[in-house]
Amino acid sequence: MEEALEGILTNYRKNEGNIITILQDIENTFGYIPEEAVNWFSKKLDIPASRFYSIATFYAQFHLKPRGKNIITVCRGTACHVKGSERLINTLRKKFNLPDEEDTTYNREFTVEKVACVGTCSMAPVAIINKKVCGKMTADKLTREIKKLEGKKTGDNNEG
Amino acid sequence: MVTLTIDGKKVTVRKLSTVLDAARKLDIPIPTLCHHSELSPYGGCRLCIVEIKGMARPITACTTPVSDGMEVITTSPYIEKLRKTTLELLLSDHPNDCMVCERAGDCTLQELAYFYGIRENRFEGERRFYTRKDNNPFIEREMEKCILCGQCVRICDEIQGVGAIDFAHRGFKTRICPPYEKDLNCEFCGQCVAVCPTGALTGKMWAHKGRQKDIKEIETVCPYCGCGCSLTLHVRRNEVIRVSSREDTINEGWLCAKGRFGYGFINHPDRLTKPLIRIVPKNSQKSSARGGRSQKTLNSQLSTLNSQLFREVSWDEALVYVAKRLREIKDRYGPDSIGGLSSAKCTNEENYLFQKFMRAVIGTNNVDHCVRYCHSSTLAGLATVFGSGAMTNSIPEIGNHDVIFVIGSNTTETHPIIGLRIKKAVRGGAELIVADPRRIDLVRFAGIWLQHRPGTDVALLKSMMHVIVKEDLTDKKFIEEWTEGFESFKEGLNEYTPDMGEKITGVPKEYIIRAAILYGNAVRPGIYYTMGITQHTHGTENVFAIAKLALMTGNIGRESTGVNPLRGQNNVQGASDMGCFPDFYPGYQKVNIPNIKQKFEKAWGVRLSDKIGLTAPEMAEAALKGNLKAMYIMGENPVLSDPDINRTIEALKRLDFLAVQDIFMTETAELADVVLPAACFAEKDGTFTNTERRVQRVRKAVEPPGEAKEDSWIIIELANRLGYKMKHAFIEEVFQEAGKVWPAIEGITYGRIAKMGLQWPCPTLDHPGTPYLFKGGFPRGKAVFSTTRYRPSEELPDNEYPFLLSTGRQLFQYHTGSMTRKIDAINKISPEAYIEIHPDDAKQFGINDGKIIKVSSRRGSINIKALISDRPAKGMVFIPFHFKEAAANVLTGTALDPIAKIPELKVCAVKIEVVVLTVS
Ligand code: SF4
Ligand code: SF4
Ligand code: SF4
Ligand code: FES
Ligand code: FES
Repeated sequence: MEEALEGILTNYRKNEGNIITILQDIENTFGYIPEEAVNWFSKKLDIPASRFYSIATFYAQFHLKPRGKNIITVCRGTACHVKGSERLINTLRKKFNLPDEEDTTYNREFTVEKVACVGTCSMAPVAIINKKVCGKMTADKLTREIKKLEGKKTGDNNEG
Repeated sequence: MVTLTIDGKKVTVRKLSTVLDAARKLDIPIPTLCHHSELSPYGGCRLCIVEIKGMARPITACTTPVSDGMEVITTSPYIEKLRKTTLELLLSDHPNDCMVCERAGDCTLQELAYFYGIRENRFEGERRFYTRKDNNPFIEREMEKCILCGQCVRICDEIQGVGAIDFAHRGFKTRICPPYEKDLNCEFCGQCVAVCPTGALTGKMWAHKGRQKDIKEIETVCPYCGCGCSLTLHVRRNEVIRVSSREDTINEGWLCAKGRFGYGFINHPDRLTKPLIRIVPKNSQKSSARGGRSQKTLNSQLSTLNSQLFREVSWDEALVYVAKRLREIKDRYGPDSIGGLSSAKCTNEENYLFQKFMRAVIGTNNVDHCVRYCHSSTLAGLATVFGSGAMTNSIPEIGNHDVIFVIGSNTTETHPIIGLRIKKAVRGGAELIVADPRRIDLVRFAGIWLQHRPGTDVALLKSMMHVIVKEDLTDKKFIEEWTEGFESFKEGLNEYTPDMGEKITGVPKEYIIRAAILYGNAVRPGIYYTMGITQHTHGTENVFAIAKLALMTGNIGRESTGVNPLRGQNNVQGASDMGCFPDFYPGYQKVNIPNIKQKFEKAWGVRLSDKIGLTAPEMAEAALKGNLKAMYIMGENPVLSDPDINRTIEALKRLDFLAVQDIFMTETAELADVVLPAACFAEKDGTFTNTERRVQRVRKAVEPPGEAKEDSWIIIELANRLGYKMKHAFIEEVFQEAGKVWPAIEGITYGRIAKMGLQWPCPTLDHPGTPYLFKGGFPRGKAVFSTTRYRPSEELPDNEYPFLLSTGRQLFQYHTGSMTRKIDAINKISPEAYIEIHPDDAKQFGINDGKIIKVSSRRGSINIKALISDRPAKGMVFIPFHFKEAAANVLTGTALDPIAKIPELKVCAVKIEVVVLTVS
């Protein structure tokens, strides 16, 4: 980890970056913002860790916990909500056995996220599965997609 | 200046003022929730909205700068309606918990709801819920009551310089929290608690102790360090239940964790409540003060230990016994066979009486106090050069330095409030130079950090002086007018080139040069130092070197310009002023100058001794040799604070008679023949003098526990029983008497210092006090440049003992811990001793964080937990001295500075071994 952080620090110094660019680099490197990384930078740059945390929690682009290999984002916009997106979310959470406050499965295979209107309301309810937008979602369809992804697990996988 | 009208009244204010400032000047009330005069404007709560002519919408007064001719309306039905709506919104997700809220009656939100008559809420909304994460012992965070005014965030960042908390998330989820929403882990100064306008932040120990009803508030002075912060003690039913501080005092309302939360010792069950007389001979096993018992077991066993060692007696019996023993010893061996240690924790009046007792009643000059262990080299050094050994500037002047040079002082931990002033000055643009072997907290704020090897201060300073001469930055006029001997001193600097400086100190020469030029060019520089400078065998020389640096640049005797030794204990300045020295009467008047002696003989009505007495370490020496037979110790714990514990214990055991007067059964008291229970600072009236020479009023807030008595009462009773009449109807008489023999405080009366202390010299009743010293010259005439050379410390690392050990204090504990270690909250944060060791050294020895290691010096060894830290340099280790289970002073040497007789507590050589713990 230390090495990766050093790299980010060099980059920050060279490009006269700011906290946001550091956080972006951390997010890109680790897929989330690990507490140790924040503490490391806080010490190096003498910027309170609370400042990093403040910014990391303000912007939706940063994640505080490691995320799964596959990311399923369910839209909760008005249209999707009306068409039952909440049920989809519940199905997923149940299927993955996610405890409250947890969005990622224990084995870090799946993360379930929610989002406000993604702008394709005509296809509501919408889910985005690993960046692929899938419309007219149903619980069955979702389960099938997940099966496919699970199947991949043992085969070739270089999904990010 | 700008003139504007507010509610029809004209007012003129400074240019960058806000509308709120102007209204406050007119005493027009505007409600605020997020504003604080010391913090940057925030404009978040919108309660302070006002109407300004020509502006379409109401705007916030706290963020709007004034302009000429502005017309402001602060109240109208429209504005009040808006304000009320704002309040209702704030309250819509508030747990209306006032009935049981710790802050009720002192809560701005509650008060506003009361003024605006808000009973029911139109906006009853979703409530926010938080999981409480507060195992920390000081601060309760009920964040449901938080109104997001951000004052805590700003104070922590802007004033305290810590940044432990910040806003996180956004929208409805917005909250104030430490990073990753953990528990607080910070300096626990409680500044955030002080500014929080609601019950979101409160003191843990306030809980269920009482709020506003039946509370007496008593203004007094903090009993911990030399900053001398004002404290307001909140008292309910003879118990101090809360501590706060007014904003219009020297500390501006800021306190540190000790002052704000460290009051638990006052009501502690372990307080001594009855006089005790020993029943077991001193050399029996039971009486040993050491022996691996942990603090916990010691505390819980104390009562039984007491009853094994001592029996409780009446005051009369105790006093008769002490008087009898002292008289016997005096008659048999002469007055100089008796020694006394006075206390920097006691008031000026008590210290005055104590030295008077030793001199006039016993007839010896054998009186000293702990200044020997911290600042006697300051006295010897600064007094020799300048004629006075106190801080030359005052605390408020710190804000106006353009360069601040801190050497050998971990200011933010030892003098937290002076630390805040320094940080504030740095924020205001001052340059900070820190010279310290450890990466102390102030280094974060410093422009230049000189990490010199411990004990090489003289070389560092001389090297800087060399550069100053070379760059022609000396103040020739000042040197000419106010000093002598500079030319030959200058010669002596030739050899201290930056190269040589680098070689001795390990500081890169560019840094030395930069620091020297910065200081040399400064207009209003201040030097600050503490024990890092004084606790060396060459402590006095270190102080000389500092004095000369200031002299050659003419940087003394002006406002915000000078040399400032920071005094450790709350009243160490006062104890020194009051003459608790073997060679000085009150006011630094020499005991061996005949006409001074005559003056005191006349004042006290007895013949006095002109023989200079023994210093504290010399008393120990004399006791070991059998020349000192008895000691009277008031409020000191030499067993822990003096170097080489085993020797101190041995010395005290050798005495024929030892009387100890204290508030707790200390390690020293355990060795006593008689223990006298004393009142603590909150239980008596008097004065303390803080590190900037400010005499401040100490007031009685509660009755002492049991039969404990004020130290002054005990001394007076003893004197009377020994046949010397001491009588004072009230304690101010003692202060007045001291003023008669030392004119520098003659102009100070309790009446004059009722609200704010005065700084001596203050010779007459109309004298305003003296914020900075040496305006227009030194009291003893020209200051002399004598030549000193760099001399290495007595004991330096070698092959056998390869590490340099340094000792010192840490933020949460105080001195030998006899007060702070009684406080559970403080023990929780700072439970045990540790040794700081550099990561590289740790690696080499295979030491992990938290591992117990054995540290030995030529004098003894202790087992102690390792704390891997990049604060000390490689090859150096650091141990705080507050912990008796691993008492650092088992290791330290007793080599003394030849002039000031201060022991070398800062530097000694040790070795380190990993202990293999065998489980039996
Ligand atoms: S914070 Fe103030 S308004 Fe809220 S419950 Fe406490 S006293 Fe009442
Ligand atoms: S107690 Fe002091 S350091 Fe801790 S959060 Fe509050 S202001 Fe900051
Ligand atoms: S905790 Fe108190 S000071 Fe901090 S934002 Fe909330 S209400 Fe304001
Ligand atoms: S509401 Fe889901 S895509 Fe718009
Ligand atoms: S006090 Fe002005 S907006 Fe809060």
